[in-house]
Amino acid sequence: MMENGFSSPRNDTFPAGLRVLVVDDDPTWLKILEKMLKKCSYEVTTCGLARDALCLLREKKDGYDIVISDVNMPDMDGFKLLEHVGLEMDLPVIMMSVDGETSRVMKGVQHGACDYLLKPIRMKELRNIWQHVFRKRIHEVRDIESLEGFESIQIPRYGSDQSDDGYLFTGEDPSMRKRKDCEGKYDERDCGDPSSSKKARVVWSVDLHQKFVQAVNQIGFDKVGPKRILDLMNVPWLTRENVASHLQKYRLYLSRLQKDDNELTTSAGGIKHTDSSKDSAGGFGLQNSMNIHHNDVSTGSYGFSGSKSFVQNLNPKSLDCEKKGIVSEPITEPKRALIVDIPNPCKVRSSQIGFESSFASLGGSQVDFTAFGSTTIPTRYSWSDVPEVLFRHESKSTELEDGFSQLPPSRSQHHIQADHIKPVPSISSSSSAADRSNHANHATSTESAIDPLPVQTKNHISITNHQAFDPLSTTALSMKSQGFNLSCISDLESTQRNISSGIETLLPSLDEDLKFCWLQGDYLAMNLGLQDFPEYYDPGIVSEVPIHLYDALRHDYDNPCDPTEYPLIEQGLFIV
Amino acid sequence: MDRNHPQHQVLHMRRSLFDQGYIDKEQFIQLEELQDDANPNFAEEIVTLFYTDSARLIQNIEQILVNRPIDFARLDDILHQFKGSSSSIGAKKVKEACTQLREYCSAENAEGCTRTLQLVKQEYAVLKRKLETYFQMVRQVG
Repeated sequence: MMENGFSSPRNDTFPAGLRVLVVDDDPTWLKILEKMLKKCSYEVTTCGLARDALCLLREKKDGYDIVISDVNMPDMDGFKLLEHVGLEMDLPVIMMSVDGETSRVMKGVQHGACDYLLKPIRMKELRNIWQHVFRKRIHEVRDIESLEGFESIQIPRYGSDQSDDGYLFTGEDPSMRKRKDCEGKYDERDCGDPSSSKKARVVWSVDLHQKFVQAVNQIGFDKVGPKRILDLMNVPWLTRENVASHLQKYRLYLSRLQKDDNELTTSAGGIKHTDSSKDSAGGFGLQNSMNIHHNDVSTGSYGFSGSKSFVQNLNPKSLDCEKKGIVSEPITEPKRALIVDIPNPCKVRSSQIGFESSFASLGGSQVDFTAFGSTTIPTRYSWSDVPEVLFRHESKSTELEDGFSQLPPSRSQHHIQADHIKPVPSISSSSSAADRSNHANHATSTESAIDPLPVQTKNHISITNHQAFDPLSTTALSMKSQGFNLSCISDLESTQRNISSGIETLLPSLDEDLKFCWLQGDYLAMNLGLQDFPEYYDPGIVSEVPIHLYDALRHDYDNPCDPTEYPLIEQGLFIV
Repeated sequence: MDRNHPQHQVLHMRRSLFDQGYIDKEQFIQLEELQDDANPNFAEEIVTLFYTDSARLIQNIEQILVNRPIDFARLDDILHQFKGSSSSIGAKKVKEACTQLREYCSAENAEGCTRTLQLVKQEYAVLKRKLETYFQMVRQVG
């Protein structure tokens, strides 16, 4: 039946209409590939920069079926891009290069490339790329099928969406999930999505990833295996295969973190604990500070030191707000610091974007999101989801710590987005990340940004501290972006400006709603590591975020900021 | 048939480009096969694009070799790009010269690099002239 999924209205002629995203800095090749792919009747989108590609991907989740990228890109290592795409979007990625050295090819495969083509590329090689898409879908279908056994027993609540997709938790009747319905589901979900078969992808939300990490740590990283993790995680709808592939990515992520560790520490600059950061701009460390302050683009190098303090260079200006508020207070722990520092509402804007990115990085660092007991969170986690969770659980603070502690110190910074979006693939990818991060290029496409957030923003809003947030609101926003944009410190300035403008519009409405505590603080810290991800900074994202949040706020605003919720803020997990 | 018949000349030139190793036959033919109503002169467009883009690369290479100390790492990156680019139109001799230059670069042999760069530029210029002539003839033939 799954195959039938391919025959949705758009895909009657699969593989015709396959949506391919080609990424290559060589304009000549880009043009040739575009022409060749069109000749194969594929729908082609081209990109000259890796960050643009990520933006596009994040903006339009499920907007592409496969990605083809050159290994040598000026703004980002092709392997990094590969990892990101794998973690966040879980799309098949084909690498290309003029260099066919075995070690390079092996590296590509290790990083998850489903194929490695050598230039000059022949048309016939491109004709066959659809098989990678098809193969993935079949596997997904199998996952769904395997769930059938569980369905009636375990996941009534989850409905069929489970099949790892980021499907929102619809709470459908389990029976709906039957495989035969998958197709229908896909169709529904896709709502005319061109890619005929909607793939069921597991969205590794923060919460889910947290569970995963906890399970891994419990078992012992060396002895870990998908089955054991799965058992420990106790997430009914998750399949062994999902865990296995996530584990693989996680491993890659960790190894990268280790490598970057050194880099990070240096770049990190001022990681500060929240408490201390309050005064200094660094509190938030994140690059966000750059983002946040629109004018201040601080160094942004936040070195997220893994668990604690994030730090950053926030500009003193921005810090003021933050400190006060929210962020700093509740979070005494270093980690929290991040969150706390963000308070600077004005500046936050950028953080929003960053948030996403940080999220991604957080994944690795074990975002404590899960700590929050996200079980109730819908499967489709996006950043937004996390916040919700956070709010609900008081225990967060401790959990956060745990989360961080799990991270090897070295990791801290780097992860963030730059490399390991993986850990939090679901989180960031699911929606916010992609949207946000993409903003850089799509400043105007705020709409898309909104998607992921809606859920969360709502929650966040209500929960966040009022007080702290006012200034924070902006910060929250920025926080998000920060996570993401940390990498783009260099672009911060421009981004900030963009963000500011974007946020400006949003701010007024967000003020109250946004009292987000940035959970992200932790994330941000993580994102700080983005430093090596400068190119990621996408101003566009920032601007998008605000709108994004705005909408979320508008729609989902359930609980107006409730001062009593304040304590939650401490957790620092406010997700804007 | 008149040996000087334009069509004949075009074919002749094509063959010599291939036979003399200037252009990779398979790649070039593939470019030509991509031509259609939307892009009737696709091969020529690609070649033009290549020359525009690679002119920039060559400039960068020259710049690097002029500075002291020579940034061999960056040079290697650019050469890698240049190689990739050359493969797009099947510029064989240019690519080979580029590979040689890259070897000197790995060896951090500044003098070897400078010398070989001249070779690269030469091949590059020769090919450019030949292709320009070729496409002119193609257009004449219609």
